[in-house]
Amino acid sequence: MAIQFTLNGKAQSVDVDPRMPLLWVLRDTLNLTGTKFGCGMALCGACTVHIDGEATRSCITPVSEVAGKKVTTIEGLSADVSHPVQRAWIELDVPQCGYCQSGQIMSAAALLATNPRPTDAEVDDAMSGNICRCGTYQRIREAIQRAAQMRVAPPRQKGLLEKEADTMGETAAMTPDEPAAVAVSAGGAE
Amino acid sequence: MSSATMKVDRREFLKDAAAGATGLVIGFYLPNRLEAHASAAAEAVPFAPNAWIRIGTDDTVTLVIDKSEMGQGVMTSLSMLIAEDLECDWTTIRTVFAPAAKEYANPVFGMQGTGGSTSVRGMWMPLRKAGAQAREMLIAAAAEKWGVDKGMCRAENSQVIHTQTKRRLSYGSLAEAAGKLAVPSDVKLKEPREFRILGKAMKRLDSADKTCGRAEFGIDVRQPGMLHAVVARCPVIGGKVASFNADKAKAVRGVKHAVQISSGVAVVADNTWSAMQGRDALEIKWAEGPNASLTSAAIGKMLEEGASKPSGAVARKEGDVTAGLASAAKKIEAVYQAPFLAHATMEPMNCAAHVRADGCDVWAPTQFQGVNQMTAAKIAGLKPEQVKIHTTYLGGGFGRRAEQDFVIEAVEISQAVGVPVQVTWSREDDMQHDFYRPASHSRFEAGLDAEGWPVAWSNRIACPSIMSRFFPGSVKNGLDETSVEGAADLPYAIPNIFVDYQLTETGIPVGFWRSVGHSQNAFFSECFLDELAAASGKDPYEFRRRLLQKAPRHLGVLELAATKAGWGETLPAGRYRGIAVLSSFGSYVAEVAEVSVDKKSGKVRVHRVVSAVDCGRTVNPLTIEAQMQSGIVFGLTAALKGAITINKGRVEQGNFDDYQMLRVTEMPQIEVHIVPSDQPSSGIGEPGTPPIAPAVCNAIFAATGKRIRRLPIRLEELV
Repeated sequence: MAIQFTLNGKAQSVDVDPRMPLLWVLRDTLNLTGTKFGCGMALCGACTVHIDGEATRSCITPVSEVAGKKVTTIEGLSADVSHPVQRAWIELDVPQCGYCQSGQIMSAAALLATNPRPTDAEVDDAMSGNICRCGTYQRIREAIQRAAQMRVAPPRQKGLLEKEADTMGETAAMTPDEPAAVAVSAGGAE
Repeated sequence: MSSATMKVDRREFLKDAAAGATGLVIGFYLPNRLEAHASAAAEAVPFAPNAWIRIGTDDTVTLVIDKSEMGQGVMTSLSMLIAEDLECDWTTIRTVFAPAAKEYANPVFGMQGTGGSTSVRGMWMPLRKAGAQAREMLIAAAAEKWGVDKGMCRAENSQVIHTQTKRRLSYGSLAEAAGKLAVPSDVKLKEPREFRILGKAMKRLDSADKTCGRAEFGIDVRQPGMLHAVVARCPVIGGKVASFNADKAKAVRGVKHAVQISSGVAVVADNTWSAMQGRDALEIKWAEGPNASLTSAAIGKMLEEGASKPSGAVARKEGDVTAGLASAAKKIEAVYQAPFLAHATMEPMNCAAHVRADGCDVWAPTQFQGVNQMTAAKIAGLKPEQVKIHTTYLGGGFGRRAEQDFVIEAVEISQAVGVPVQVTWSREDDMQHDFYRPASHSRFEAGLDAEGWPVAWSNRIACPSIMSRFFPGSVKNGLDETSVEGAADLPYAIPNIFVDYQLTETGIPVGFWRSVGHSQNAFFSECFLDELAAASGKDPYEFRRRLLQKAPRHLGVLELAATKAGWGETLPAGRYRGIAVLSSFGSYVAEVAEVSVDKKSGKVRVHRVVSAVDCGRTVNPLTIEAQMQSGIVFGLTAALKGAITINKGRVEQGNFDDYQMLRVTEMPQIEVHIVPSDQPSSGIGEPGTPPIAPAVCNAIFAATGKRIRRLPIRLEELV
């Protein structure tokens, strides 16, 4: 039987084994590959997505559990790489190989959504489930604090900075023809 | 997609991004077009003067990156090398990864591949020349159009300018004419004082792609009709399939095929999870082979015996170490050990392939395209030129992706089932079927004179050989240079030095692991040297300093790191310092670690690492800083946590619960100081790794008086 949920602001229906982890539904069934497979046991955080706004490891979440819920992946965090966490990541050149960064960014975005001005210890605590083998941790710490500053002074599109899980879905759904969205899909379609 | 529509999208996108993006350089929003990889080199553009530069009439400047981007920043640093002399507009360049082709052979090892921290070292001259060639041709084309002397024209920001009249022509408008000119062989490169890109802090070109899920790693490749595969491999290293029954596997929803391949039994399904479920349902009888009863204890014994044999392959012999030891006022002996280590790239091994009667495509996160092409051709019964290698981004490499196993599997499976197939390894597959950093055993004897200065140094090493499998021709008289690097090249002024090597195979496959032999030999040599300093009652920094008087670049980084770390100054209570220095891949690195050890639990906390690096002329200081941090974290992870152990021929670790990684909570503050230099640029991907283990262990000695002589550091040895 088909399982229905909201994915990046749009209604989504999938007809798969209900035990199949959300990670593989996203990656293999829906070809949304930004969410990464790292360990399959919720040990590394590479597969982190938001389920109803909460950072969740999709590799151990059966897809049946998200029925009726709102799922946001890295692709839905913003339509144009404009989420403060993404902007801070780019500004501080955080990624190296980049493989873990979708998960890092989703964990960081969830942290700032509930705790807009985290202490250094709170940042470490919130990010402790995300492994980076390239050792970008120092810049991750800095970028989260930078993103926290940016959130205080939003640059554009009101609402983008609050509850991104909901708002981003709206943005993506409402403005599919904006140039930025076109450019992203151009990149994605290649 | 046509370039015209792409251009419109990009312009609008840029406008939009510029309006909204505070503090961002617009160029970073440009999607790097990964699709174009394989076709890039052959793409019909009017101006393609060499293998690395493509300029279209629409002003697009595309740089072909012939090294694998695995986090080390080559997409950016190689682009910088081309762009400097090309005088192109940095903010609008595009990059594509090169296909496998002869012109992209790595000048350092003769085959197309990325490793050994060779990218900038090897490509400095070829890429700068490529840029200068193209620039001169564009200038000549403009001069011809204007009917002026080309000496009166210059290039700037993707335009040629006639200096006197200020007339300008864009590169795109000159592309057709430039494409008809002969490629000049002798071109003038810019002088360092003219550099506007090289040596500057240039931001990564791949950050935006890696921040929105758009970057395509190997595991993200999706092709029409592609199926997903996993492989059941014998849990005993070296074992084979005896027989199997796939009836239950084939009954799993989504499973399409189960086929035997050279490495095991592949289960092919319409998604990865179904393939995994199918694999769990396989019934396989294994022929476990000669390793079936192998244990870590037995391997330890082999290595110990190896290092105790009367003579090995001599790696270095200076003076007379026997006489030196006999004359010494004080003798010191120690045995050091290092374990096997897994690479544990964040992106597990994977590869996609599509084998057809007339050709084969391979999509791979690979470090070794040159060999991939030959390997795939051989399996598919094709000529190498019929195999297209599409290099994706690599989710970490560290040497693991120089291997062929993941490519062989994808090609064999696609050949068997006749459609595009992606094989994905689970974390356990990846950890238990690696080519491990060799376990190694190192035996030292040294003698000090009456003043406490070393007069003799003997180091006998036993470990498995990487090169005897990888490049057998390079192993001469039983000496694998990678087994003794970081040991045989001991830089200290000691009159009698002897280093030998006993090639000791253990049954466990070994491979290149970031910094290779230096990773263990730096730990051995720099800790034992610290033992000598302690035995002579001398400060470990001053001891090294005096012995490095004739090694100026070692001395330079040693002094810089010590000064920046405040060596000798008081630390907060409970914190202690350790220092280490090593040269690898042409670069010189010293690191000072500040450490505390909990007396009750033995828990080691590394608070701060101050590093100094001399890697010749700086290409990009941001890359150097990131690579030093990265190398230090990699080495620190291994020192604090890393060990692959064997029982009954099986690797005992499987995932990040029993093979742990350093996490953000344990991340020290790392400082990177760069020695200004006019020397040729040297490696930066690996040299940060080796010194951290000895720096930390030497700090632990300062804190506790206990010597760590085997890795990883064990808490129980510190209480």
